[in-house]
Amino acid sequence: MNKVSKENFKQDSYKHGFITEIENEKIPKGLNEEIVRIISQKKNEPQWMLDWRLKAFNRLEAMKKPDWANIKFDEIDFQDIYYYSSPKGFEDKPKSLDEVDPKLLETYEKLGIPLKEQEVLAGVAVDAVFDSVSVATTFKEKLNEMGVIFCPISEAIQKHPELVKKYLGSVIPITDHFYATLNSAVFSDGSFVYVPKGLKCPMELSTYFRINASETGQFERTLIIADEGSYVSYLEGCTAPMRDENQLHAANVELIALDNAEIRYSTVQNWYPGDENGKGGIYNFVTKRGLCKGKNSKISWTQIETGSAITWKYPSCILRGDNSIGEFYSVAITNNYQQADTGTKMIHLGKNTKSKIISKGISAGNSSNTYRGLVKFNRKAQNAKNITQCDSLLVGNTCSAHTVPLTENNCNSSSIEHEATTSKISDEQLFYCMQRGLDAEQAQSLIVNGFCKEVLQKLPMEFAVEAQKLVSISLEGSVG
Amino acid sequence: MLEIKKLSISVEENKILDGLDLSVGAGEVHAIMGPNGSGKSTIAHTLAGNSNYNVDSGKALFKDKDLFELDPSQRSLEGLFLAFQYPIELPGVSNASYLKQILNIHRKYQGENPIDAGEFLKILKEKSKRLNISMEMHSRFVNTGFSGGEKKKNEVLQMDLLNPSLIIMDETDSGLDVDALRQTSEAVNKLRSKDRSFIIITHYLRLLEYIEPDHVHIFQEGKIVESGDKRLAHKIDKEGYTT
Repeated sequence: MNKVSKENFKQDSYKHGFITEIENEKIPKGLNEEIVRIISQKKNEPQWMLDWRLKAFNRLEAMKKPDWANIKFDEIDFQDIYYYSSPKGFEDKPKSLDEVDPKLLETYEKLGIPLKEQEVLAGVAVDAVFDSVSVATTFKEKLNEMGVIFCPISEAIQKHPELVKKYLGSVIPITDHFYATLNSAVFSDGSFVYVPKGLKCPMELSTYFRINASETGQFERTLIIADEGSYVSYLEGCTAPMRDENQLHAANVELIALDNAEIRYSTVQNWYPGDENGKGGIYNFVTKRGLCKGKNSKISWTQIETGSAITWKYPSCILRGDNSIGEFYSVAITNNYQQADTGTKMIHLGKNTKSKIISKGISAGNSSNTYRGLVKFNRKAQNAKNITQCDSLLVGNTCSAHTVPLTENNCNSSSIEHEATTSKISDEQLFYCMQRGLDAEQAQSLIVNGFCKEVLQKLPMEFAVEAQKLVSISLEGSVG
Repeated sequence: MLEIKKLSISVEENKILDGLDLSVGAGEVHAIMGPNGSGKSTIAHTLAGNSNYNVDSGKALFKDKDLFELDPSQRSLEGLFLAFQYPIELPGVSNASYLKQILNIHRKYQGENPIDAGEFLKILKEKSKRLNISMEMHSRFVNTGFSGGEKKKNEVLQMDLLNPSLIIMDETDSGLDVDALRQTSEAVNKLRSKDRSFIIITHYLRLLEYIEPDHVHIFQEGKIVESGDKRLAHKIDKEGYTT
């Protein structure tokens, strides 16, 4: 068959690897109580928020880092990281886009997120987070008129303390595990969403996370609350410059769905994956958890994971409300020396709760790709049901795929269905497509996109096409 | 159109084709008949560029180009089309989007713009109707869960879309009922022209009663043992290969 040589692999296949030359303000490196206080002070936070952070920080010192994942990396030196970096002059947050440094606007334009045009394009509201601060949030006023709160979490802490106090840490306790607790101590910015009772949010809400500064970690915090009978669809995207160093991204995302509410949360994760020899790239240690608090509520996670040197994340659902539904749709692609250990937890507490898991793992190059999942039925979860489907696709002979599905059933009337497959792209499929004129890369991309279709079609329409392209780009250089 | 000279092919050290000579002129229809295991499909797959088949010696010129210098997709773009005996399934890829993609790749090679959605749908409807293919089939995944007849018709539909100059049909008649055989044959006959050549590989006379060949070759043990016109096919049908 036609071979595409490794030399064809172009490092510029990562299209978001540029650096924005902008003056930034960093606080000193390192992790200690003083740093936590400085971050809180930078954000001009009330005392209760600082206390909360310090509580997390004090717990952190005694905590062990989780070591059970199927990933290998050099120990992270947590004292050698900048925990806060912002473009210069962000002490007084710009009131409107006109006050924002044009270099920043230009950055987002280059990334395909024109913050100004977006206002004209309509349909999608964007919160743009640059290193440790939110640069701009579009459609904020318009959404506000309908009662939807969409703003940086730092602003929510100031303006909506009652909601933040009530829900922050209610799904991911500050004592949860090392990376989550670290985030609780040093989180900088992220998005806050509140959708009022009975409202179907008429816009896609989204956050675009950008790491720009070197030697800096990003610790975003996102909190989404869907009040009774409401609906919201939210999407996050993320990219970072190409650098030889590894940078840490440790985020916490909490979702709360009350009675009859629904939250759809989609992620297109495209952090810098490192070069073809495994140098550089983002270490992505993320905790995402949704609580179906009310009856008949629904939380649906969709993730397209193509970037990062290491991906360690398990977006989960706690199905507390009776009849609540949790879903997890995932495509995880690893190429070169990337490592992914990702999956979900579905914790069934209420009666008649249902969960569905569809995971598609694609490994190429020398990468390693693990699905890790837990489905747990509590004693009281009568008639609970889970369906799990895990498919792995291997490209070449030097990558690996692993599936670790755990189940814990404490209820007689509940049921779990599990299916798992591992396949290789067959030479016959490639030959068939090439006989019709597709080159080897196009043929592979067609087959892989077919493999992921069930998950890709769960994305909001505006992003599905982009995600398909990303799937193809991520595998460039792996044919042959 | 196609000049094959002293071609020898092996698969995993086993010699399958041994010094084959075949010349196909523009507009000609050649039928290759022969018993199972005689190497008929080997010719088809070798010409299309399947890497499981090793070219040990010999040459093949396609429109004066050395065929073995081109990879499978280049051969396709240059106008060589193979209708597969066993069409391959592509799960998750809708037939309509697949057809549109392969059409656009060929259009691009010809320096044409991508076809617009409306025009594509119109062409697809028209060509599908000719083959008695339901439009519903196009919303399914390529060849996945297709009946035997649907798979073969889908091959003929692709050859119709891509406008090839050399068409190799590898037992396209197998697995077709009488009606489907007639419909596909009629579609193929519509494609016959003075610029387009066919190599039709088959066991049976019945396909050749619909698509009349100019030349018939009997293939046995990796070689052409007898050539003639369509009367040869009738003779084989009566007497078999072994006499």
